[in-house]
Amino acid sequence: MGPAEIKETILDILEGIAPDEDLSGLKDDVPLREQLELDSMDFLDIVMELRKRYRVQIPEDDYLELATMNSTVNYLTPLMKDLEKV
Amino acid sequence: MSSYDTIIIGAGLSGLAAGIRLAHYDRRVCILERHTTIGGLNSFYRLGGRNFDVGLHAVTNYTPKGARKGPLARLLRQLRFRWEDFALVPQIGSQIAFPGISLNFTNDFELFRSEVHQAFPAERANFDKLSAAIMDYDDLDGALASQSARSIVTQWIRDPLLIDMLFCPLQYYGGAREHDMDFGQFSIMFRSIFQEGFARPWSGIRQILKNLVRRFKELGGELRLRAGVQRMEVDDDRVSRIVLDDGSEITADRVLSSAGLVETLAMVDQQPARTPQPGQLSFVEGIAVLNEQPQKLGCDRSVIFFNDSDKFRWQKPDELVDVTSGVVCLPNNFKFDRPLEDAMVRVTALANYDRWRLLPPVDYQAAKQATYERIMEIVGRFIPEYRARTVASDMFTPMTVERFTGHANGAIYGSPEKRRHGTTHLKNLFLCGTDQGFVGIIGAMFSGIMIANRHVLGTVSTDLEQVAAVGVDF
Repeated sequence: MGPAEIKETILDILEGIAPDEDLSGLKDDVPLREQLELDSMDFLDIVMELRKRYRVQIPEDDYLELATMNSTVNYLTPLMKDLEKV
Repeated sequence: MSSYDTIIIGAGLSGLAAGIRLAHYDRRVCILERHTTIGGLNSFYRLGGRNFDVGLHAVTNYTPKGARKGPLARLLRQLRFRWEDFALVPQIGSQIAFPGISLNFTNDFELFRSEVHQAFPAERANFDKLSAAIMDYDDLDGALASQSARSIVTQWIRDPLLIDMLFCPLQYYGGAREHDMDFGQFSIMFRSIFQEGFARPWSGIRQILKNLVRRFKELGGELRLRAGVQRMEVDDDRVSRIVLDDGSEITADRVLSSAGLVETLAMVDQQPARTPQPGQLSFVEGIAVLNEQPQKLGCDRSVIFFNDSDKFRWQKPDELVDVTSGVVCLPNNFKFDRPLEDAMVRVTALANYDRWRLLPPVDYQAAKQATYERIMEIVGRFIPEYRARTVASDMFTPMTVERFTGHANGAIYGSPEKRRHGTTHLKNLFLCGTDQGFVGIIGAMFSGIMIANRHVLGTVSTDLEQVAAVGVDF
């Protein structure tokens, strides 16, 4: 999948984690932590969801790459380019 | 023989929350519950056509819909619930009533602050410094956390009466240890009760438990009722086999037990070098069903923490019950948009388990009735002329607590010794729930989440900073 589909996947995961949030106004270049008050438990859930759904492994040293939507998509693009969106 | 990734002992709030986390991440998980129903310390029953709650007075840690910070918001995200799923309705207002002085508090901390300022003018700056320090305090592994809260609070606040008034609600809603608590727990409870506040679902604890069970089962989790653990066999410092009361056997890679520290060790073949202390603090609770809403009878408080003696005593009483302090809970006095089906008053007071246990069976009922009358007299101070309104009643004693929760000594808040990280002397046996150290509705669920994350899902780095953020309630 390409960057657009990866972004959709991340939004889908975020919607699952925080069903009360309206994600339509989410800014791609502002830290998710800031916009949604996500904590480290939530970031680990994003990591675990990616593992559960796509078998994508993200090493702990790379968690900082998940700071914003843009950085997340950039980081995941090479890792997920050969995967089909489910 | 059935085999699981994880066995969870106890289908209370912590066990169910842990189960949801594990089932969500595709672990093969089974919750074993000895009783015929779920809930453990926070459960529910029907009697005479009415619904009763056990445990729950008020859910603490209340934050309104849309709040992203605080234990409730974090918990909802971890369990993937919507705010509406718990349907929490805030309190009208509560009170700490001591001889000649009372402090009201609501879910707006400023009101409590002004009450303290007015009643204790000399302590104004001290109280503000204490609450600011607690607001920022989030280091439960730090040096202060395990120290005596009384000795630390005394460094800020001079007036022993104010100190007692601050400790009274915190101890009633989660004090497992006599006289004192550690400063870490004092801080999270101060926040959860005074700075966040109380709420209740209209339908009581059922609202939360039913959502938890439904979610757990939807995710493929298995729940077995009437499935008590008789013993756990140990091999090479690991639980190797779980034997149920009916003799059947189960194996699992890991066991999370919410049964309590002492209670869990009693199931294990191999004991640790040092035996932990069981809890000593138990309670009686009387429940009166009235034919009129308490507000119409002149009382709009949600919860009243009272003390009548010069010094507030948080200790096991010498007699069956100590009525010099206690809690009056009025479940109707929350900001519901429709009245509850029944009007109720609940009164809780400290009780002596041994005294109750040693009563000859022939005297037990009479003692229960006499104690009910004694604790209900207290209600008359807050709701005048209410007795003729009583249409039904019920009562629990330390024996009831022991029978339905399995807690040694009927100690609701478990052992004074807590295992914050959930580890035991066995490599694959972990504790969640009361004796992990988070008590109350939100605290119990958070405990299950944290232990499941740390010890099963393997996200070790997540938990330390979370510990401090969790609040506690009844």
